[in-house]
Amino acid sequence: MLCDQCGEREAAIHLTQIVNNAVTTQHLCETCASEKGVHTEASVAKHPLSGFLGSLGSMGKGAAAALPPTAESTPCDFCGATLQDFRDTGRLGCPHCYESFTPHLRTLLRRIHGASRHVGHAYLSPDRDAAEQAPDLDALRAQLRRAVDAENFELAAEVRDQIRGLE
Amino acid sequence: MTLDLSLIPDGGVSWLDASGPDGNIVLSTRVRLARNIQGRPFAGRAEREELDDIRARTIEAGRSTSALEGAVDFRLDHLDRLERQLLHERHLVSKELAGLEREQGPRHAASLLTGGMLGMMVNEEDHLRLQTLCSGFALESAYAPLARFDQELGGLLPFAFHPEFGYLTACPTNAGTGLRASVLIHLPGLVLTKEIAKVLQGLAQVGLTFRGLYGEGSEVVGNFFQLSNQTTLGKSEEELLDHLGKIVRQVIEYEEQAREVLQQNAPNVIADKVWRAYGLLRYARTLSFDETMNLLSGVRLGVGLNLIDDLSVYTLNKLLIFTQPAHLARRAERALSDPDPPAIRAAFVRRVLEEDAARPPFPGSGDPQP
Repeated sequence: MLCDQCGEREAAIHLTQIVNNAVTTQHLCETCASEKGVHTEASVAKHPLSGFLGSLGSMGKGAAAALPPTAESTPCDFCGATLQDFRDTGRLGCPHCYESFTPHLRTLLRRIHGASRHVGHAYLSPDRDAAEQAPDLDALRAQLRRAVDAENFELAAEVRDQIRGLE
Repeated sequence: MTLDLSLIPDGGVSWLDASGPDGNIVLSTRVRLARNIQGRPFAGRAEREELDDIRARTIEAGRSTSALEGAVDFRLDHLDRLERQLLHERHLVSKELAGLEREQGPRHAASLLTGGMLGMMVNEEDHLRLQTLCSGFALESAYAPLARFDQELGGLLPFAFHPEFGYLTACPTNAGTGLRASVLIHLPGLVLTKEIAKVLQGLAQVGLTFRGLYGEGSEVVGNFFQLSNQTTLGKSEEELLDHLGKIVRQVIEYEEQAREVLQQNAPNVIADKVWRAYGLLRYARTLSFDETMNLLSGVRLGVGLNLIDDLSVYTLNKLLIFTQPAHLARRAERALSDPDPPAIRAAFVRRVLEEDAARPPFPGSGDPQP
């Protein structure tokens, strides 16, 4: 059976819909089905990240798009995980990954949660080494300079807000 | 290792007693916090030795808190499948921790430290998932002890926390507060009046999500829905709980309105549905799990509408938990794969209902109209 839409490719998906109490059945090929927003298991499996983000509904697709396939970055210098690992598994490797992939994650978090800044309870670690990893004003000002130099104004605005918060 | 559930206070299911607010419509309230140890790879990327170390440190710290002093711990990777599923059916562990969907079973050193109502999952996708489970619609009662436990534990273990992103989690969907609160709610009125689709759509628009009886990835059976917050970052813990609470309160009101409409417009149809469900549960000789859930939903509606007045919600809650596959198999000392459960399930349901209701075989009272 050929696809009802393009009439060229073999129909692989049989879409039954109820619209205004009338049942309609369409026979579509994978390409045309995908264009209509119908995703088969096969097409979902090709984008593992969309699997876990897909559960977030329409926001999920936007979040997946926040990590374009071409986006790359050096591996996390603590655990060695890469952005590709994250894309494959939907899970980061370690807490330090949030530092290693900050720009990507900031965008991703904003897409998922509508915000990238934690406003809940602040936590003070009993471990002094960990506490010392919190950025101080000098480090943030340096980061702000680097961001402005690199014309990354989105990051610069974020860092500026952080500095204001700390001040 | 054999699982001895009697070691857990109330078997971990004290919430079944339906003593909480709105216990007829809301079965339980669960709040969980995702936490990780600073300077350690997340569980999915950790070596066996690291997972052992995380287990040792966190269980020791957990037992040092006032909430879980002397609590019992289970290693999921040392339990057989039936035992792991049993813990999952009691909502004490997630599917992920129980390794029910992983070919290789649970993760090495996957553990549960539990004091019954409050517990701590170790080596889930995050190092720690702290959770409380309460009867009825009780977000504050569920969160308050959890927040105290979190604070005490956070003083003993260095949690991974970032000043901008908050608590760091393996999946960015949990970052920030790490808080997911969910309310298990029974909505037969909205399903029968076909209003449910609108309500569920509305939930998505206000940043909430719904799942089935067993949380993520589970189907809706028996008109039981888990409503929970979708996002965890950008709002404080209190704001997240407050928002969920307000919306759930509205959903409860919609459900009550729907039940009123049903009773006004189609009392005989509803009474018939309720009593048919009761009749099948009381007399059927085989019952599948899904059918049992749907019939329990009908009977629960009948109790809520005062059509059935001598059956307790507690009994219905007990049936909900104890007719699940692993619970049934354990009770009958059979393997999970045994083909007999439908008959065993029906016999068990009959016995519980007979004992609880002491009802004459052909009830003549309770009809809303002649």
